[in-house]
Amino acid sequence: MTAPWVETDTTAGALATAAAIGVAFGVALERAGLGSARKLVGQFYGTDLTVFKVMFSAILFAMLGAFYLAQLGVLDLSYVAVPETWLVPQLVGGLVFGAGMATAGLCPGTSCVAAASGRGDGLAVLLGMFTGVLVTGLVIEPLRGLYESAARGPLTLPGWLDLPYGLVMLAVVAIGLAGFHLAERVDSARAARAARAAGGAP
Amino acid sequence: MRARPYSDPYVTGACLGLVLLAAFVITGRGLGASGAFATTAAGLTHAIAPSAADANPYFARYLGGDGPWRDWLLFEIAGVTLGGFASAWAAGRLRAEVERGASAPRRARLALAFGGGAVMGLGAVLARGCTSGIALTGGALLSVGAWLFMLAAFAGAYLAAPVWRRMWR
Repeated sequence: MTAPWVETDTTAGALATAAAIGVAFGVALERAGLGSARKLVGQFYGTDLTVFKVMFSAILFAMLGAFYLAQLGVLDLSYVAVPETWLVPQLVGGLVFGAGMATAGLCPGTSCVAAASGRGDGLAVLLGMFTGVLVTGLVIEPLRGLYESAARGPLTLPGWLDLPYGLVMLAVVAIGLAGFHLAERVDSARAARAARAAGGAP
Repeated sequence: MRARPYSDPYVTGACLGLVLLAAFVITGRGLGASGAFATTAAGLTHAIAPSAADANPYFARYLGGDGPWRDWLLFEIAGVTLGGFASAWAAGRLRAEVERGASAPRRARLALAFGGGAVMGLGAVLARGCTSGIALTGGALLSVGAWLFMLAAFAGAYLAAPVWRRMWR
């Protein structure tokens, strides 16, 4: 049978699957150290590039995996929901979200992991995130012009650029590998600096 | 028990990618987080003021079908919390603390955590998702909006981070 296998969202089986996938997601985030705000903000101070390494590795594996499973006929990609594109809301929302993330030190998913690891700042981010969503939802009316602008539906990069899917994937892989290479160079330069500083100290 | 160091970022990233791939294969959808907050907000608003919630264009969509509590992302995020707890426990990393710089006041860190979280909530509503549902899931499916969101979020974070550097000293 061609995947995806579970079609409805709210059967007991689908919800149990959701919880199981969530457990695996939570374990992966915690193992990577992304339940730690100190580690997460390190990305934005150039002291710890774990966020980039984890996120891009995950995207590359899932992207290539989905493509090749579709090629093998195991997965029918037309049944996999591509998040919709809303150009202006996602540009503005992204900037606001990122500023909030650097201030909070965690993102919505990792705040749950941080809170579950006993961190009070994780719980504060979780409650703040909930308050932000609740208040924005309550006062959505004046924001509707922005919220509902520039809809593009499930637009993909290959569709938008009119390029073959494989070529766009290749570009993403190349960008990822170049990014990993750069990240490792930044890490070793920092390690060398630290070693010099330690050596110079009495 | 002494806390064990975190795992290799590339290996855990690959595992995270396989979890996302499993979500695609098993359920035809990706991961998420902010949707669980949204459906909870819709459900609570509905419990307090049903007609106002039904009339709200943002909350209404979470109130249809089987209601706000039988929600895929709500169960997923409950799993994330459980998985995060189990993993931290197994690695000896469960610890009651408020992470911050040595010279940062605890109350200031908590206020910024809450305030930053609220700002993130606004951004996630506008963008229709967050780092999980848009950036990771849409990134892997080559969604234009996902890559736009990711670039914008990193730009916003790099712009805001210098303001709060003292919090981590």
